[in-house]
Amino acid sequence: MSTLVSGSTGDWEVVVGLEVHAQVRSESKLFSGASTRFGAEPNSQVSLVDAGMPGMLPVINRECVRQAVRTGLGLGAKINRVSVFDRKNYFYPDLPQGYQISQYTRPIVGEGSLRITMPDGERVVGIERIHLEQDAGKSMHDQDPSRSLIDLNRSGVALMEIVSRPDLRSGAEAAACLRTLRTLLRFLGTCDGNMQEGSLRCDANVSVRRPGGELGTRCEIKNLNSIRFLQQAIEYEAIRQVEVLEDGGKIIQETRLFDADRGETRSMRSKEDAHDYRYFPDPDLLPLELSEDFIAGIAASLPELPETRRNRFVSQYGIGEAEADFLVTEPEIADFFEALADGRDPKLAANWLTTELFGALNRAGLPLSKSPVDAGTLGGLIDLVADGTISGRSAKDVFSEMFETGQAAETIVDARGLRQLSDGAAIAALVDAVLAEHGDKVAEYRSGKVKLLGFFVGQVMKQTRGTANPQLVNEILRERLAG
Amino acid sequence: MSLDRETVRQTALLARIRLDEDRLERMVGELNGILAWIDQLNEVDTSSVAPLASVTGHALPTRADSVTDGNDAEAVLTNAPDRVGGYFAVPKVVE
Repeated sequence: MSTLVSGSTGDWEVVVGLEVHAQVRSESKLFSGASTRFGAEPNSQVSLVDAGMPGMLPVINRECVRQAVRTGLGLGAKINRVSVFDRKNYFYPDLPQGYQISQYTRPIVGEGSLRITMPDGERVVGIERIHLEQDAGKSMHDQDPSRSLIDLNRSGVALMEIVSRPDLRSGAEAAACLRTLRTLLRFLGTCDGNMQEGSLRCDANVSVRRPGGELGTRCEIKNLNSIRFLQQAIEYEAIRQVEVLEDGGKIIQETRLFDADRGETRSMRSKEDAHDYRYFPDPDLLPLELSEDFIAGIAASLPELPETRRNRFVSQYGIGEAEADFLVTEPEIADFFEALADGRDPKLAANWLTTELFGALNRAGLPLSKSPVDAGTLGGLIDLVADGTISGRSAKDVFSEMFETGQAAETIVDARGLRQLSDGAAIAALVDAVLAEHGDKVAEYRSGKVKLLGFFVGQVMKQTRGTANPQLVNEILRERLAG
Repeated sequence: MSLDRETVRQTALLARIRLDEDRLERMVGELNGILAWIDQLNEVDTSSVAPLASVTGHALPTRADSVTDGNDAEAVLTNAPDRVGGYFAVPKVVE
């Protein structure tokens, strides 16, 4: 099933392909030893190579090559034993070399695929290629009335451009594709996937056609910096194209920008022909040749991928599929869960993590990495409930305090006197005292007013300030009242 | 293969090289001379020869992933015609 757009002249099918720029996780840049750290002082992480100074020669970072191969293997893609770096020539102030070192005809990674899950089933999205290239610097146009300011810290940072086939049929599918890809990159450790900081950026090629008909002319929407905007932009653009065509117009191949405030796309400039970039092999760089051993070594060290891990969570721990889906959205969540489930009831662990901890994190606006409660601390609380030290109800209070202070469960329980009274003899004595005090109610109960049980439980709980084990209290009360 | 005047003008524009009309004419002739020579090379049958990327026989040198450079904004900005704080300042470019 695909999502069709219905126009006044019939249905239209939306065709989308993505170009994702993923910043490679590495310490230093693709061709220089300058740092890649985000948020540094302007131009403080720039080597003379990145500044495009004459006579500087690029030397490739082995780890960036490894990361691209790792990503390719994660997508089940063909790894090209020989790939070539080309110069893509254009002029812009944040590109001091006057060209971007990229890969054109011979990228490092060839065809692969990505499986995505939609509400009505799975889709397989073709991956056309991944190539390695340099990022440009950053331009700021709004800091000075007459000048643009340039920071070259990002210049030369390694990017993987991941290109999908035009296999997506709606904004929602494109969003699912990017979300799945981001999760995969995070599990592989090859990109941190942070769209706010720009380490993951997405362009979408959008066209419309009659269902099953010939491909229409496409427009490229640039620089979509959130998954929500990606979906919105595609949905807007598809309707715009349908309207143009139904009014008898033609789609012009062009680059468009998404205006998030107005929720619409706008023409940016007509797309330069690929030819105009005058690509040619970079004479400073020899072809990149990968040995079988190099590739095999990376393949052997691949981590468990999200899909595999999700399926294992369901079969090994017996948790629900929706819960498992959530637990593998980020490797940190999956690791947290496994640490928490170790030696405990996994369903209980999953429930505490997804409901209580994530509820509190969301209210506080914190990511899991900044959680004041780690897996060991939360586990300590679950253990106290499991062995009857505290009641399920006190556990929520303990958790709230734990989230505030980061203290261990034992410490909070002792400080607040919440240790549950589970001593049968002690509870029996309290029960007897309560029954003796309310002889009239005991008689009523025995004559059939069994609802009074709640009253007796309440009295015992009151005596113990809520710390008596409710199950034991119930049991002993029933036993005594029956007698 | 040969180039016409317009193609050479367009190529010069893309490369940001200013060519006056008389130099443009001369450049068309020179470039076509070079292309004719390349065409002559193309007469040799190389279908059984692998493309040659390098005559040295060396493999692409690589480096380890460590930070060994940078942290010298002053050096990087030394030749900047204009700057604002730690930034290069250029004539306003907004698309």
